[in-house]
Amino acid sequence: MSEILVLVDHVDGSVRKTTAELLTLARRLGEPSAVFFGSQIDAARDALKHYGAERVYVLDSADLSDYLVAPKAEALAQLVEAQQPAAVLIPSNAEGKEIAGRLSIKTGSGLITDAVDVQPRDGGVTTTQSVFAGDYTVTASVTKGTPIVTVKPNAVTPEPAEGSAAERTVDVDVSDAAKTARIVERRPREATGRPELNEAAIVVAGGRGTSGDFATVEAFADALGAAVGASRAAVDAGWYPHAYQVGQTGKTVSPQLYVAAGISGAIQHRAGMQTSRTIVAINKDAESPIFELVDFGVVGDLHSVLKSATEQALARKR
Amino acid sequence: MKIVVCVKYVPDATADRKFNADNTVDRVGVQGMLSELDEYAVEEALKIRDGDESGDAQVVVLTMGPADARAAILKSLQMGADSGVHIVDDAIHGSDSVGSSLLLAKAVERQGADIVLCGMASTDGSMSVIPAMLAERLGVPQVTFASEVTVDGNTVRVRRDGDAATEVIEASTPLVLSVTDQSNEPRYPSFKGIMAAKKKPVEEITLADLGVAAGDVGLEAAWTKVEAYAERPPRSAGAIVTDEDGTGANQLVEFLAAQKFV
Ligand SMILES: Cc1cc2nc3c(=O)[nH]c(=O)nc-3n(C[C@H](O)[C@H](O)[C@H](O)COP(=O)(O)OP(=O)(O)OC[C@H]3O[C@@H](n4cnc5c(N)ncnc54)[C@H](O)[C@@H]3O)c2cc1C
Ligand SMILES: Nc1ncnc2c1ncn2[C@@H]1O[C@H](COP(=O)(O)O)[C@@H](O)[C@H]1O
Repeated sequence: MSEILVLVDHVDGSVRKTTAELLTLARRLGEPSAVFFGSQIDAARDALKHYGAERVYVLDSADLSDYLVAPKAEALAQLVEAQQPAAVLIPSNAEGKEIAGRLSIKTGSGLITDAVDVQPRDGGVTTTQSVFAGDYTVTASVTKGTPIVTVKPNAVTPEPAEGSAAERTVDVDVSDAAKTARIVERRPREATGRPELNEAAIVVAGGRGTSGDFATVEAFADALGAAVGASRAAVDAGWYPHAYQVGQTGKTVSPQLYVAAGISGAIQHRAGMQTSRTIVAINKDAESPIFELVDFGVVGDLHSVLKSATEQALARKR
Repeated sequence: MKIVVCVKYVPDATADRKFNADNTVDRVGVQGMLSELDEYAVEEALKIRDGDESGDAQVVVLTMGPADARAAILKSLQMGADSGVHIVDDAIHGSDSVGSSLLLAKAVERQGADIVLCGMASTDGSMSVIPAMLAERLGVPQVTFASEVTVDGNTVRVRRDGDAATEVIEASTPLVLSVTDQSNEPRYPSFKGIMAAKKKPVEEITLADLGVAAGDVGLEAAWTKVEAYAERPPRSAGAIVTDEDGTGANQLVEFLAAQKFV
């Protein structure tokens, strides 16, 4: 069966849910091989095996971690040349897309970004993407080289399957030309104890309507085991960190449930949440465009509604 | 110092964006504009130019697109850029990221640039790959997704707020730089800027000027193919309740419980 390379998304060896999703998709297309950049493979091995990786390529070198994107793209291109896989699946985050872009040029291969589905077809792949802020879906295929596809979080439900996870350490040989954008400082993001925003099954987001008080939003999120998000207006006002912004220039989320509290629903915000399964809004303005998207809406003050809803949700848990 | 800013002419996101019969984005029948995210790139270029001590720094805006795309250059000139270059040729229609990056790279080489500045993504395609592809093709460093930029001589230092960490990245010119909407506050064209823009030079160039064969770009030469598009079915209208009587939270929790969220 043909080999499918999956670039592993991990933080210090802790494998992200997106990797399990990509391995699940890869199994539809052929035999998944995980490509692991970094030194913490010991922490990652079980998860990769558990989601069906037949092989694991380990690439570990300071050259990969000390410079931005280019060395990783070069190392991946070498692996693609050597293995001639049937496709390469890469997580759709900033770094993943940039690696994919360079890989496309290096290997003479077509690139599709932000797929929400990938299916096999005629020995190649066809993809589904959500475009124009989620107003349209398009299907596309790669017509030249090795299909390179970046895949968004939540594209598929991860399905466990034991793989043999045969491990191979790959020598990394990075050219000087790729070592030019040096990472001189690195500050890991602080953990909040809540689920990752773009992996969470439930997201509760606050906007300008919170007037800067996110306590009720956070309390409701915690009652539901949800991640917290924010509109750009709330981020620009300094009320919540940018890492939690939902929308065109923040994260795109596609959870089972999205709760928008005090958010009007501007096109740039919708671009990041419109494909959520169920949408709920709390807004004091009945004319607010967010209500055009909702499955359930409450016209009212978000603080009093969320406070009471939090108490009731917690009471039901007990 | 020469800064070339790549700006894209895109359909207005607040208008009804559409596709053509050949599955390409309709760039003519829908009101177009300078991509909002490229305004941040233009602003950053102007700041770097105005902070440059040699005093001979200049900002050239570069776009590729149909005749109407000139509007994206004009807006950038009104903001304060010095001159424009417009790659316009019927053969370009339907180019994918590979074709676009090839033409933009050739045009940058023709101009010569110390800094190539891009937006973080186009607001229509939103692939966020052109800057990386340009760096690859030009063989220069990429410092991308910058939310803060400092230029000191030929050293560029940026802050990149990533998924898992914030990184500080440093490289020497020539390089490709892309900026996010956190990097600055784009200025509005002033009346003086609007008047001055009328006299600024805009050069139109074709594939022949770039030494690119028509068969190497455009829809037929693309390495990807959009096969079909479909409008997403409208969401069915939801239930909307008012909290006037204070039962809003109660009804909300009932709804969530019915869906097994609580
Ligand atoms: C290039 C560009 C990129 C952008 N990217 C993004 C992005 O990624 N994400 C994003 O979110 N935005 C983005 N925006 C901004 C977007 O256009 C909107 O300005 C923004 O989403 C508005 O945020 P908001 O809904 O919180 O605020 P507003 O539009 O001001 O809405 C606040 C809402 O709160 C309601 N409200 C007020 N008080 C209460 C109360 N007590 N109880 C209940 N409801 C209340 C109001 O009725 C109103 O509907 C971008 C804009 C541009 C130009
Ligand atoms: N047709 C184009 N003309 C000029 N610049 C472009 C064009 N397409 C993309 N760019 C630049 O590349 C950036 C990223 O675009 P994209 O990779 O399409 O999301 C944009 O913000 C622009 O700076």
